[in-house]
Amino acid sequence: MSTSGSSDLSLLDGVMSEYSQAPENLITILQKAQDIYGYLPVDVIYYIAQRTGVKPAKIMGVATFYSQFRLEPVGKYLILLCNGTACHVNGSEEIERLIGEKLFIQNGDTTADGLFSLRKVSCLGCCSLSPVMMINDEAYGSLTPEKVIDILDELARNARQEEGL
Amino acid sequence: MKIVIGEGSCGIAAGAGKVHSAIESALRGTQGVDLGLTGCIGMCFLEPIVELRDGETLVRRLVRVSEKDAEVIAAAAVSGDLSMLDRLCIQPEDEEFLDKQTRIALRHCGIIDPTGIDEYIACGGYEALKKALLNMTQDQVIEVIKTSGLSGRGGAGFPTWFKWNATRQSPGKKYLICNADEGDPGAFMDRALIESDPHNLIEGMLIAAYAIGSSEAFVYVRAEYPLAIVRLEEAISQAKSRGLLGENILGTDFSCDITIKAGAGAFVCGEETALIESLEGKRGMPRLKPPFPAQKGYKNMPTNINNVETFANVPWIILNGGEAFAAMGNQKSKGTKVFALTGKIKRGGLVEVPMGKTLRDVIFEIGGGMIGKSAFKAVQLGGPSGGCIPADLIDTVIDYSAISATGAIMGSGGMVVLDETTCMVGVARFFLEFTTNESCGKCVHCRIGTKRMKEILERIVKGEGKEGDIELLEELCLAIKDGSLCGLGQSAPNPVLTTIKYFRNEYEEHIRSKHCPAKQCRNLLRYVIDPEVCTGCTACARHCPTSCISGRLKQPHSIDSDKCIRCGMCVSRCKFGAISAE
Repeated sequence: MSTSGSSDLSLLDGVMSEYSQAPENLITILQKAQDIYGYLPVDVIYYIAQRTGVKPAKIMGVATFYSQFRLEPVGKYLILLCNGTACHVNGSEEIERLIGEKLFIQNGDTTADGLFSLRKVSCLGCCSLSPVMMINDEAYGSLTPEKVIDILDELARNARQEEGL
Repeated sequence: MKIVIGEGSCGIAAGAGKVHSAIESALRGTQGVDLGLTGCIGMCFLEPIVELRDGETLVRRLVRVSEKDAEVIAAAAVSGDLSMLDRLCIQPEDEEFLDKQTRIALRHCGIIDPTGIDEYIACGGYEALKKALLNMTQDQVIEVIKTSGLSGRGGAGFPTWFKWNATRQSPGKKYLICNADEGDPGAFMDRALIESDPHNLIEGMLIAAYAIGSSEAFVYVRAEYPLAIVRLEEAISQAKSRGLLGENILGTDFSCDITIKAGAGAFVCGEETALIESLEGKRGMPRLKPPFPAQKGYKNMPTNINNVETFANVPWIILNGGEAFAAMGNQKSKGTKVFALTGKIKRGGLVEVPMGKTLRDVIFEIGGGMIGKSAFKAVQLGGPSGGCIPADLIDTVIDYSAISATGAIMGSGGMVVLDETTCMVGVARFFLEFTTNESCGKCVHCRIGTKRMKEILERIVKGEGKEGDIELLEELCLAIKDGSLCGLGQSAPNPVLTTIKYFRNEYEEHIRSKHCPAKQCRNLLRYVIDPEVCTGCTACARHCPTSCISGRLKQPHSIDSDKCIRCGMCVSRCKFGAISAE
């Protein structure tokens, strides 16, 4: 594994000066780093290790333990599909299957064009709107197969338009 | 006149934010009408909800409002002619949802503005803190909590005063932690409490911190709750600016600071020792108990951990006395409990009832019964650590021991209603998939045992179950319970144990007859066309991906089950309802 990389480490300076002193801030540092880079690049992990004195293996241990952390970049649209109990009994598996068939991805994957990533999450807490998914912080509730197809088509269209501009 | 919009997370997900902006622009240039927001009113099934208030009085409650209604709402509020809002008004029977509750922890939710401190103070906020700090000793506070009978609302139901007292008696610097890592799928009580009444949590925590002698407190919030984190951050800075938090609170010797820590997505961190590990920046793996956190917790110092709802009850208890709280409930459990009522229910949302009510009261009296035509089958309590209580135990009383006697647990308050279309083996598989993913991996029985159970359940729902599977599952359940260190592993078998206990025939039907009574397990379905209803329109045949439907135009069609992949496409394409699953 290469420890050097292309990430701009200076972006972390503010975070480091605020949090790097105490080891208990490791999760907070990783969260802030992910906010900055969109995921946790390997060179960033080594840099955090160097600054905090926590071993890189320990940091990898933490980063892989918690579901929030990603070691790969995600697509333009991150689909968080709720897999809570209420969504489950109201048909979220059917929605997952449909998204998979439409975008040719499974839970955790990103489409080849980098547009969509799919992640199943345990509960978004909008149970009365089940089944629910959240795409880039916007919640879409009471999903039906038709609705999901419309939403995905529209987002793909928007992305194409943005690129065209 | 004031227009108030319910803006909790689920209200916003249903469109409350857009309604807010639309009303705001409709009100532009008018006078005499204020626009405000409140937290979660608790009637999730009617979101977005908009209220018209005259001072403190609720004049109209409008439900399922959309942006298109903004103009008429603004016009009605400005003109005072409310008759134009009749079509949006809540139905009287839906009002019962709130009328039949007893709200203590939720008492301000959906009433006050959670983004400011003034409305909280105006309705008696921080009076309990004043009373505790200025007129009560630490022992007296603990004594009142003891009298109240308050017990841990996170699920275990351990007496709160006992934990407080144990931490207070332990030597060394003391820490206080609020567990807001509400990971149970189907539970959102704590999120709503923080989003809708953050100062109440702060006040409850400060009283606890005073009682145990702590000057440093944390709130460990799920990262999936961004709005709760924002509202709590705002509330903390408001409380600081009023001298209610920080150094020398209310001019006394008592100082306490509260820090928010966002979790990073691990269900096991709801377990208190795992939460402490996570707070220390490590993998959230549980510790061996004893020593208990009250003796050695955060940074190996005495630490008291309570759940959000537990703290939310504390200010009310201090103000109204322990006896008043203990007067609610029954012999065994005191006070009230908040539930997140969801699933196949007509009126889903936040429900707070006194202990001692029955499940029937909550599901049928308050929740209005089932949403569809399908009959009530079971209710799932306690999420992945809980179990399914069947229809014939619907009169089970809500208290810790009565719920535990069924094999489920009270849990933190997730209550998911299931109907005849829910496959109970499928529910068990669903929860085992969850616990398999969330097992931290420390204990072999939990790590591997849950995986083996999940595999067996997957086999059964695929129609590959065999004789002896049920007994093997039961054996694994006992082994996992015995061989796991923390609550996650010890309770992970509960969904399987309760579904086997109450729905054994469903397991047997899957295994022996390869048949799913709820018609949910795809591999066990057989699609058939009713020749009486089929018009021979050919829509199904044209859309079938495997071309397994045959028949002539205007003649009844038929499905070749051997070729069918059970995708259900034909059912969704048939306009005449001629195709059904068997």
